[in-house]
Amino acid sequence: MRASTGRRTSPHQATADSAAGPAVGRAPLRLLLPALLGLGLLAFPLLSLLARTPWTTMPARLVEPKVLDALWLSLLTSTIAMGLCLVLGLPLAWVLARLSFPGRSFLRGLVTVPLVLPPVVAGVALLTAFGRNGVLGGPLREVGISIPFTTTAVVIAHTFVALPFFVISVEGALRATNQDYDVVAATLGADRWTIFRRVTLPLAFPGIVAGMVLGWARSLGEFGATITFAGNFPGTTQTMPLYVYEALQSDPDAALVLSVILLLVSILVLALLRERWLYSAVR
Amino acid sequence: MSPRRPARRVPAALLLLVAGCGGGTTGEGSSTLTVLAASSLSETFGALEDIYEEERTAVDVRISYDSSATLAGQAVEGAPADVLATADEVTMRTATDGGVTATEPEPFATNTLVLVVPAGNPAGIETFADLENDDISYVTCAESAPCGVLAKTLLDANQIEAAPKSFEVDVKAVLTKVELDEADAGLVYETDAVASGERSETIEIPKAAEGITSYLIVTLKQSEDPSLAQEWVDLVLSEKGQRILGEAGFGSPP
Amino acid sequence: MSSFLEADLVVRRTGYTLEVSLNAERGDVIAVIGPNGAGKSTLVRALAGVVRVSEGRITCQDMAWDSGDGSPIRVQQRNIGMVFQEQLLFPHLSVLDNVSFGPRCRGAGRRESHRSAQRWLDRLGVNELSHRRPSQLSGGQAQRVAVARALATDPAVLLLDEPFAALDVGVAMALRFELARHLAEFGGVSILVTHDAIDTMTIANRVVVLDEGRVAQTGTPAEVAQRPRTEHVARLVGLNALRGHSRGTDVLLLDGSRLISVTPLDGEVFASFSPSSVALTLDEPVGSVRNRWPGTVSSVVPHGAAVRVHLDAGKSLIADVTPDSAARLSLAPGRRVWAAVKATEIAVYGTAA
Repeated sequence: MRASTGRRTSPHQATADSAAGPAVGRAPLRLLLPALLGLGLLAFPLLSLLARTPWTTMPARLVEPKVLDALWLSLLTSTIAMGLCLVLGLPLAWVLARLSFPGRSFLRGLVTVPLVLPPVVAGVALLTAFGRNGVLGGPLREVGISIPFTTTAVVIAHTFVALPFFVISVEGALRATNQDYDVVAATLGADRWTIFRRVTLPLAFPGIVAGMVLGWARSLGEFGATITFAGNFPGTTQTMPLYVYEALQSDPDAALVLSVILLLVSILVLALLRERWLYSAVR
Repeated sequence: MSPRRPARRVPAALLLLVAGCGGGTTGEGSSTLTVLAASSLSETFGALEDIYEEERTAVDVRISYDSSATLAGQAVEGAPADVLATADEVTMRTATDGGVTATEPEPFATNTLVLVVPAGNPAGIETFADLENDDISYVTCAESAPCGVLAKTLLDANQIEAAPKSFEVDVKAVLTKVELDEADAGLVYETDAVASGERSETIEIPKAAEGITSYLIVTLKQSEDPSLAQEWVDLVLSEKGQRILGEAGFGSPP
Repeated sequence: MSSFLEADLVVRRTGYTLEVSLNAERGDVIAVIGPNGAGKSTLVRALAGVVRVSEGRITCQDMAWDSGDGSPIRVQQRNIGMVFQEQLLFPHLSVLDNVSFGPRCRGAGRRESHRSAQRWLDRLGVNELSHRRPSQLSGGQAQRVAVARALATDPAVLLLDEPFAALDVGVAMALRFELARHLAEFGGVSILVTHDAIDTMTIANRVVVLDEGRVAQTGTPAEVAQRPRTEHVARLVGLNALRGHSRGTDVLLLDGSRLISVTPLDGEVFASFSPSSVALTLDEPVGSVRNRWPGTVSSVVPHGAAVRVHLDAGKSLIADVTPDSAARLSLAPGRRVWAAVKATEIAVYGTAA
């Protein structure tokens, strides 16, 4: 706890120190009740899933080749999609946050479109672009490159749906970083690339991590675009969600177990991300 | 999902929500008849729906098309529907085992698989055996759907070892991919091939007789108006219904 | 011979235009003062290159920073150091990394810049803090680090934008003396934007007064304090300064009232007198006092051992009275009083800056 800092107290500091807790009054029921309802809505189906799962069959299922294939494929494609999001999405977010040019709000709107697109529609859109007779896919086919039915198609579908999540999250983080620091760095002699590398990026790091988590989670659960654009074949394009859907048709118990496996894997990855990275790296 | 007739293909899940509010009530005013039907029945049942609603103006028919396995599962879960029509015996057995069938399911049509290729046959496929070629990509339904089981049967019968490029969720998806020329060929029901018309071309599958499926229809226990439900079944089995089915490419029931 | 720093610039912004001419030599510490919105920060940012200059030239050490042809050299290439009111130390870097940031950007190796940074931290007296994060520093410490960071690049021009405004009074006092020492040793030009009279007096050797985008007065601190040519500076140094037109010893003030002086002058003048020369009475004063105006008290505040009374007499006036008198006259906001000043106590001088 710091003694007098010699700084004039800002309003934010005043409330933070006084801990907006009992001093300001008890939490109102009007807020607590809906909050509990919301929590219930989220937690209850998950708990029911865990309760109804035939746990004893899980070890056996975990080593089934089709399950391992689907699991591996999901992890692989989601991770690659994340890499692509980083490489493409970070610069895009920087452009949207730091540069000002005519049509910027239009561009930002464009980036959010895949967010509101139903996944199957996204899949159809990808087909029209990259399918065998697609705008780009058609010419590619002439030179012998066909994207549908390949793992590459899965990665493309995942990246397409996850990129908006990532860009919006990171753009928010970049805008929140005080642009004055950019000016300071410039007065010290840093060019724009150095400013990005040594000032903007480190300060936006928590936002970038949050964006990656969101994007990875979205791509892990991706179904509609994948099956429409990439197809469904074990080992190549059958990710976990596709396999769960297929299992649901013939063996609901299997579907339960697989759903829980996917859930546990997701939780494991999220737990590995230190909470420290998700929140302010700078206090 | 077929891009044609989107309005008719109400997902059963949505029906569960909507039908919960007063589906199938009798009495004054309009009543609702809810039918769960395999996706390959969309054209024929759609035509029957028009006929039925013309005669029985007070009844609103709602048909949900999906894969037979999904529909049978939903019926077992208690979806508020009156009639279930599946594309094979296996999925109907799920419903009978689940105890939701009110009577003995009746066969009302048969269907067999054919090979379809995109209009113009760009890949130049001439026989079923051409599927063995490395540069031919074909698609079928997933084995969890009746058409997938049939496809496997016929592929094995003809000793085709090359695997499909993708197992689609239902037969309409297979047809769509072929129509869009995103696949060189696909195994679909004869009725789908007929309905596709100019958008695709059909090639007969050798030993197709080994892969015939029986369509079964039954009224459900959870129906709120069994007599209404039976009317639909009767319509399907009637001469009018059978003629419509026949024109669409279905075979007559055994 | 040209000056070390020459700036002749016009900056057009929404609402006002800044037009300043400035020359400075090595070792100059220039205080830029003026009311809010006068353009002080804009001037400093224009010199830094952060704000675009609409017209004009800026030259430093014979190198043209902006030759008015529309392609000024960028911020990064100007040899400047800048200290901000909020310090703006990089929160994710240690103090040492903060101070060595500049030298590293300009090409120095890691170890070399760390050593040079340590030297500067030492000079500013905060050497032992080099491994702390900015959030762990007190206000005064942070500002010292900010100064070290700005000086570490060996700039030609040091720009300070209200460096003490965010600090507690006591801390600011201590830092002020230290900074005065460092700036006196600094071999370039320092430009200090401030709201504080004390800053001006103790640190600067020249003062530039800005008002509404223009230079209203320049001079040494003493000159400006004794003969303020703006209301703002007069307030700053605690003087009454009234503007008017003089004919002989008769001055017609802006509000229409008259003032008698003992300095015959013709033309636009300022008439300044200290608050302690103002006598307050309840009734109209009699006697030899020629200057007397009725007014209403607007505030009464303790001021050292005296009581400072602000009143509105058609013009804004400050009067210092003893606490005793304040009590006797029952001075309180709204009270109607008469203010009187002897002509011999008034300094009258021309408005030409």
